[in-house]
Amino acid sequence: MSPNSAPAQRRTPAPPPGTWLGMPAFPKAAREQLQRAEQRQNLARATTHIRGKRAERAAEVADWEELRTAAAQIKTRVARHLDTYLVQAEEAMTAAGITVHWARDAAEANRIVGEIALAKGVDEVVKIKSMVTQEIDLNEHLESIGVAAWETDLAELIVQLGHDRPSHILVPAIHRNRREVREIFAEEMGRYGTPAPPTMTDDPEELAEAARAHLRAKFLRAEMAVSGANFLIAETGTVVIVESEGNGRMCLTLPETLVSVIGIEKILPTVADLEVFLTLLPRSSTGERMNPYTSLWTGVTPGDGPQDLHVVLLDNGRTDVLADPEGRAALRCIRCSACLNICPVYERVGGHAYGSPYPGPIGAILNPQLRGVASEVDQALPYASSLCGACNDVCPVRIPFTDILVHLRHKVVEHKTEHHPTAEQAAFSAIGWVMADGRNLAKAQLASRAGGAVLGDRWLGNRVIGRLPLPIAGRWLRARDVDAPPAQTFRAWWAARTPAAPPVDGSADAATEDRA
Amino acid sequence: MLGLPGAGLRVALFATCIADTLTPDTPKAVVTVLERLGCVVEFPPGQTCCGQIMTNTGYFDAAVASVRNHVRSFAGYDHIVAPSGSCVASVRDQHVMLARRTGDARLVEQASQTAARTLDFTEFLVDVLGVTDVGAYFPHRVTYHPSCHGARFLRLGDRPTRLLQAVEGLELVPLPAADQCCGFGGTFSIKIPDVSIAMATDKARHVVETGADFVVAGENSCLMNIGGVLHRDGAAVRTVHLAEVLAHTRADAA
Repeated sequence: MSPNSAPAQRRTPAPPPGTWLGMPAFPKAAREQLQRAEQRQNLARATTHIRGKRAERAAEVADWEELRTAAAQIKTRVARHLDTYLVQAEEAMTAAGITVHWARDAAEANRIVGEIALAKGVDEVVKIKSMVTQEIDLNEHLESIGVAAWETDLAELIVQLGHDRPSHILVPAIHRNRREVREIFAEEMGRYGTPAPPTMTDDPEELAEAARAHLRAKFLRAEMAVSGANFLIAETGTVVIVESEGNGRMCLTLPETLVSVIGIEKILPTVADLEVFLTLLPRSSTGERMNPYTSLWTGVTPGDGPQDLHVVLLDNGRTDVLADPEGRAALRCIRCSACLNICPVYERVGGHAYGSPYPGPIGAILNPQLRGVASEVDQALPYASSLCGACNDVCPVRIPFTDILVHLRHKVVEHKTEHHPTAEQAAFSAIGWVMADGRNLAKAQLASRAGGAVLGDRWLGNRVIGRLPLPIAGRWLRARDVDAPPAQTFRAWWAARTPAAPPVDGSADAATEDRA
Repeated sequence: MLGLPGAGLRVALFATCIADTLTPDTPKAVVTVLERLGCVVEFPPGQTCCGQIMTNTGYFDAAVASVRNHVRSFAGYDHIVAPSGSCVASVRDQHVMLARRTGDARLVEQASQTAARTLDFTEFLVDVLGVTDVGAYFPHRVTYHPSCHGARFLRLGDRPTRLLQAVEGLELVPLPAADQCCGFGGTFSIKIPDVSIAMATDKARHVVETGADFVVAGENSCLMNIGGVLHRDGAAVRTVHLAEVLAHTRADAA
């Protein structure tokens, strides 16, 4: 992204200023997002609808749970033998006429794609919706070298024309309603190509028709397309893309050159494994039995479709994820977005608060692993969950989200306390001491009872907030009252009820021995 | 007490630190119900906390002290019963993981044994004692919030509602969006308070919509969260732990 080579005027709509990692961390970002009443309605309506459809379609499949297990096992095997499968895939792709590139990180991948475009002499590319190119911010790199990247997925088009960022893996414009989409199309389409018809209303059919007309011109003149991939078959070198709108099929068949950027975890061992994943993915993702378009290609077919095929195999932190036995299950993800749609946190704040194109539960476990936990954004993400576990249950590849979230919280704590202790660490050490022995807890309870007696009121709320010195109390009491502590703990009641109760095995006496 | 479903069964009550300290009526209710069913209840006094607040905030070392204390306190019991889905889930799902990190094979073994013997109150009643009618009387309209840990981590299924439906005089009304989290989430409630409150507010609204007199759950922390909003908003609905409903009899009502 050399500033020297940047053209004076942009070719494509500028995204919002700043970077994902430059955004406020989750607690603050979430607070801002919660203020957007219209967005909250859009999100609640959309996620409720789509998770209902997913549940219906999953319930239709008698062996759904077995399929989930099979998918998890296949992906686990891929991760275990990734080195072998990657080489196998490279050999198969090369034999089929695909040029294979390896990219260590985002910069390398962007450079490779940019160089192909420049070598081909194209100044624009059409794009199939792809998470990985969002991850590496490919569009902005291409813009910086004078190549316009046009998103052709309807929702990505809304995001791009809206100078916006995606907020969902599957439905990147989920935070927008049709009235907003109409405004964006009417305002922006004419600046970048075929304008929207002046009579266009916010009827979804009219909006789709405007998008068709706008994109058609771009499809017909495009000489190069860029895609991601849903799956890459190691045995045959076959690339697989699953989509709904047919824009992908246009990109995969019309241009002369096709570059597919593929995360190294996208491998499946054999074509037969697709049976499992093509059943799970559409039902988990859009709540459809089958997605409308599934494209598979194995190298170049002379005279049919793109004649110059490239695949860029991207690491960009994935081998770091693989190196962590507790966290690596995140690499099983097939980007279906079922975890986003079921997540009560995502439903309320949307995707932008997660500081990454990967939002929701998968973002909360993937970003801090791909990027590490050095940034404030990534340190906050593992905590962006109430650990309710709804994501565990819908995940088609059985990613143990809550286990990984807790594991990453520990990593964050280790990182934060590596060089100096924190106030939170001191508090938890104190809790740890209290809970290490029943007698310590009894003493702490006595102290808290004294506090309760001072506060007096049965219900604590607005009236006493000023008297509570702790900031955490304020966070609770902002909208919630709390019951004052009772006069007697259970422990004290029990002791009074059974004064002569003998200590049982392993009680206080044994504790003393262990400590000695 | 012969002939009672729990006759001769020695049960260790894991009161949980929250209930011991803040809602002692809940473990008292567990004692009442279990003794009514013939069990011999013991309260191992060394017990404290399952450690989930530390584990789930990432303070694994502090949590290990709780695990050591827990396995020591509950050694030798065949039945360990707690009135909290999340504490039971912590013992079952997290203690062994924490123990493994210490490299202490004996602790791993002890934690595995304790985990295998720890049950949620409703599991003990339905699965071990084989009862759903525990002789309770609660003449009120109630709705049930299936807490996340009970529903999704312990898979309690319909055990709680079967127990409630067997309560004399009780009218159980369905809670809209029942499976959605109330937003408590332990330290989530103070680390991301705005989202937590948004979730709790929606949950409280659904509770009010049912027209119930009481919202029942098997988890006092959820009830504290939901009840906190209900009380702040001046709603008439009260919160009550499932064990307290089951402990209530005609004699209490008289």
